[in-house]
Amino acid sequence: MGIEVSVEGLTKSFGSKNIWQDVSLTLPTGEVSVMLGPSGTGKTVFLKSMIGLIKPESGRVLVDGVDMVNSSERDVYEARKLFGLMFQDGALFGSMNLFDNIAFPLREHTKKKESEIRRIVMERLEMVGLVGDEGKLPGEISGGMRKRAGLARALVLDPQIILCDEPDSGLDPVRTSFLSQLLIDLNAQIDATMLIVTHNLDIAATVPDNMGMLFRRNLVTFGPREVLLTSEEPVVAQFLSGSKQGPIGMSEEKDAAALAAERGRAEDPGIERNLLVPQLEPSPGLPERSAVRRRQHRVEGMLDSLTPAARSAIRSSLAARSETATVATQAAPYRPASSGRADDTGPTGQAGSDA
Amino acid sequence: MTGPTEDKPDGGPSPENGPTSGRPEPGPAAKGDAEGSRPPALKQPLPGLGWLRQTGALFALAVAVLRAVFKRPFQFREFVEQFWFIASVTILPAALVSIPFGAVIALQVGSLASQISAQSFTGGASVLVNIQQASPLIVALLIAGAAGSAICADLGSRTIREELDAMEVMGVSPIQRLVVPRVLATICVAVLLNGMVSVVGTLGGYFFNVVMQDGTPGAYIASFSALAQLPDLYISEIKAALFGFIAGVVAAYRGLNPRGGPKGVGDAVNQSVVITFLLLFLVNLVLTGIYLQLVPPKGA
Repeated sequence: MGIEVSVEGLTKSFGSKNIWQDVSLTLPTGEVSVMLGPSGTGKTVFLKSMIGLIKPESGRVLVDGVDMVNSSERDVYEARKLFGLMFQDGALFGSMNLFDNIAFPLREHTKKKESEIRRIVMERLEMVGLVGDEGKLPGEISGGMRKRAGLARALVLDPQIILCDEPDSGLDPVRTSFLSQLLIDLNAQIDATMLIVTHNLDIAATVPDNMGMLFRRNLVTFGPREVLLTSEEPVVAQFLSGSKQGPIGMSEEKDAAALAAERGRAEDPGIERNLLVPQLEPSPGLPERSAVRRRQHRVEGMLDSLTPAARSAIRSSLAARSETATVATQAAPYRPASSGRADDTGPTGQAGSDA
Repeated sequence: MTGPTEDKPDGGPSPENGPTSGRPEPGPAAKGDAEGSRPPALKQPLPGLGWLRQTGALFALAVAVLRAVFKRPFQFREFVEQFWFIASVTILPAALVSIPFGAVIALQVGSLASQISAQSFTGGASVLVNIQQASPLIVALLIAGAAGSAICADLGSRTIREELDAMEVMGVSPIQRLVVPRVLATICVAVLLNGMVSVVGTLGGYFFNVVMQDGTPGAYIASFSALAQLPDLYISEIKAALFGFIAGVVAAYRGLNPRGGPKGVGDAVNQSVVITFLLLFLVNLVLTGIYLQLVPPKGA
């Protein structure tokens, strides 16, 4: 069972450089959320602030009654056991092999017998498709494998909150889809609250229940995925289309002069894609995600405060979902083409070594 | 302020991050700021504030280490591994350095003593210098140079690879898990090494005085037992223990706070050795002064 995380008025600066200010949002219990944002907008800093690695100047992050920003060190350490954080490059311990890396939290925090540790670790290794590589050192495997090993380590204590820092970076599209599926399956199995920081649009379109976006030191929006996907906000629209035209520039943000100069140039529509695709479903054989029902109630309650486009998008996706529920015996037909499943017989299996 | 983990600099992705410690400065984002406008620049900080802050953070780490020593579970395995590692890199060089060092002192004191016809005191003088000064300093140099640099490089590279962040995220304190065993190991090795260096240095001095300078063995030992007393050995070991602690904490401090990337780790190692040397000689001066004031010389 996941835990609600509520962030209130978080502000962080490094020296005189303000990273973001007054960020407030709530990660609803057991739901999957995605934080989007152009490179360099402090997404990783946000993630690290949530877990108390970085101390923002003001604001609170409440997890199970503990404020990760201001509470005593002892409480924060205790609360961190509820978290699993998947670092961008895995952050594995270079001196230990994969098995010891993944067993590390178990050995530190539990008094389990070695045989039981072995069983749990092998289970997690199988989950991320790394069976057979447990004796290798992190320096001997590819970046994608390191990432998956980092995920396995984050999962080993059955965390209630899972934070993923750019799970897609350095992975090919196929592995990214497998990873998306893995995250959804995980959510179905352990009902953990999840936050994924990314700028991958495929993940953003298929995985989350909620989406937010950081830009220009502010949280642009945070809410049900349909709200962001139908948003008319220029920043969001530009980001989702990948267009060069709009407020996001090569450097952190464009200044007014660059924006004015841009008006004379040819239109760049970006890539037209339909991101309003149905969400991924757990693999066949797994239980329903219990977050789905909770979210449905929550979203129905807030329907009136949304824009008409978002409202109709939510309505249609809720309708589509109840339809699938009635024909649950069939394999989920709404899976987007790009996403594979564990039982797909493609040439690149998840367990394959991508060294 | 309970420990330096609290105000650790924020890891890899922020090279523009200010000096290592300090509480979060009051946010420059003024409340009524219009949305999106740049926050006003901070006031120019006082000169020397950075140094003060570093010193404070170093002391904070020392205190945190002392407190974490008593926290269970004790990392016995890590301690033994580090102890073995530090001992293995310091024993041989220490022995090799202490023989010529003892010899030099014996020769110098011996020739000076013969000039003023006080050969009978050579033994006492050279042994005391050896045990009280030379031996702890040799230990300090080797612990800082061989062990401290290794500890600093190890922790530094782990920090920039976010391993320590990962450890903290898993609810494991790097201070308790990594720093405490290392500091305890440097202390223990320093104390034991000091005993060895004292013995080897004294034997070397005896050999050179008796064999090379035709001193009389009886006079050497008689003057030694006339002038030396047990507190001389105590202060020697106290010094060694303190030097080991300082070397361990400074190495850990620089290793936990490298500035920006692999080159930062190299710089941190360099700085840790230099800072340790400076501190050790200063502390040695202070301790020697205190000792000479407090402990009356034998027979006085």
